[in-house]
Amino acid sequence: MPWPSKKTGGLDAHEKQSFGKGVFRRCDGCGETMPSEAMEANFEVCPHCGQHHKLAARRWRELLLDDAKLDEWDADLAPADPLRFSDGKTYPDRVAAAQRAGHAKDALEIGRAKMDGTPVAYGAFNFSFMGGSMGSVVGEKVARLFERGVKHKLPVVLLQASGGARMQEGILSLMQMAKGVAARERLRDARLPFVSVLLHPTTGGVAASFAFLGDVNIAEPKALVGFAGPRVIETTIRQKLPEGFQRSEFLLEHGMIDRIVSRLDMKAEIGRMLRIFSPAAPPAARSSRKLPELSDPE
Amino acid sequence: MAAYVLPFEKPIVDLVSRVRELRALAEHDRKLESELRRLEEKAKKLAKEIFADLSPWQKVQLSRHPNRPYTLDYVERFITDWTELAGDRVFGEDSAIVAGMGRFHGRGVMVIGHQKGRGAKDNVRRNFGMPHPEGYRKARRLYDLADRFRLPILTFIDTPGAYPGIGAEERGQSEAIGACLASMARAEVPIIATIIGEGGSGGALALGVANRVHVLEYGTYSVITPEGCASILWKDGSKAEEAATRMKMTAPDLLRFKAVDRVVDEPAGGAHQDPAAAAAFVERAIIDALKDLSTLGPAELAQDRYTRFRALGAFVG
Repeated sequence: MPWPSKKTGGLDAHEKQSFGKGVFRRCDGCGETMPSEAMEANFEVCPHCGQHHKLAARRWRELLLDDAKLDEWDADLAPADPLRFSDGKTYPDRVAAAQRAGHAKDALEIGRAKMDGTPVAYGAFNFSFMGGSMGSVVGEKVARLFERGVKHKLPVVLLQASGGARMQEGILSLMQMAKGVAARERLRDARLPFVSVLLHPTTGGVAASFAFLGDVNIAEPKALVGFAGPRVIETTIRQKLPEGFQRSEFLLEHGMIDRIVSRLDMKAEIGRMLRIFSPAAPPAARSSRKLPELSDPE
Repeated sequence: MAAYVLPFEKPIVDLVSRVRELRALAEHDRKLESELRRLEEKAKKLAKEIFADLSPWQKVQLSRHPNRPYTLDYVERFITDWTELAGDRVFGEDSAIVAGMGRFHGRGVMVIGHQKGRGAKDNVRRNFGMPHPEGYRKARRLYDLADRFRLPILTFIDTPGAYPGIGAEERGQSEAIGACLASMARAEVPIIATIIGEGGSGGALALGVANRVHVLEYGTYSVITPEGCASILWKDGSKAEEAATRMKMTAPDLLRFKAVDRVVDEPAGGAHQDPAAAAAFVERAIIDALKDLSTLGPAELAQDRYTRFRALGAFVG
């Protein structure tokens, strides 16, 4: 099946948006039209072709966390405007608009939760908030997520969907990459697992820092994940990119991720992996068979 | 080296070349001495005046000046026993990053820097200082090697950014950069980074997780190139000049945001007007930094780096 061709049936963007709005939805993958509830009930995965559409942070909690419960950390951290940046519209204005629309202070939520019975330090990027871009708040929360993982001996599960570093905070955004990775390394030293979950799309400064440094990297089907965005690459090399370039399947083929996992199977998969990693795995999950004794080498 | 003169440099370059001509004549005519000295002073003063209020975009142009000293020009001037090391042990060798071991004031060090080319042919080989994953994997290998043998690491940053291409993506540009950040964060040796030209984005940061970060007076450091910023914000790459101003990417701002710890002076008219003097300034700053860090033990060095980067950011709450 070709990807990501959209069969819009000759409707322009405006018509498409208003087409049966709130009642019907059209799948971005197969173009099938269905009642909105069918897509929503299936966590925005097309029941016909399995196409994954964008899922809100709240729905992710419902899908992955036991009782949909997140004891959120640092929800009140909010962006400052160190550069006094404006691109026609000021940065504080952009932030305020995103905050109103997203009911959150910035593009990442973190907290303590349980996943399939295992306590975790959980983080999820919200792409709807300024493209999931990483400024000081996001970087700080990433660092705290890993540090709290170490402090409370929790594995870290981080869902990423981000256009990269946030330009409006300039060099400070770039510095967040180093900060996040340094904190990630503390979790490594503490021998606690980091499951990195790559969602559509993850590029730039988030991709090129901690995103690929998971002990296990998993991606949603057909997520676009890469260093440079496709438009930048096409402009640089002046040629069309091959189909499926930088998609999850491409990443798997090139050895960059461990598994492609459907959103609907993610909770069970991650739970299973965390139980294998954890020394405190429930006895039922452990083999009762004794390992043979090793003999001393002569 | 091919002559290349930016419009705002022209008055200085004209004066400097007149001084040079006069100096040749002065060998035969003592009377020209005073005139020569007068002109030399004038050139210095003019350079100072013109360079005192360069715009951010002019500094971007200087940071990219094709005559500007590159990593190997500094190596040549203050690294002895230079032994270049190649390859990532996985796929290939990438000349956009040059690396090797040598001695700095007698002490064994590892040197890793972006390397731009001189002229078209050399620049093709060096890919204009834009590394592929192989370059970053070579760097990472040598960070780890330096850590194992307790060699201080000196890095030199000078890249528009990591190369955005098909092969680079196929071979994991993101992972290669992320892994460099991790190795630098972990290393239990002093790391001194010097931004000698342009520091573009993650491709620069992969050499930048240091205990001390220095920037040359006309060096730049930014989250994205001004061209990239302009094309994203205004869908117009030609507004790069405006983007350069808004991103606050020149030395004084970098110091203010604590992204760099020290601004290293450049000779009058910029590093390319006197590469030897520029190298002496860079060398001096590295000596100071190494001395400053000499009281820290291995674990403390890694902690110092953690503390440095952990504190960077601006937020409310």
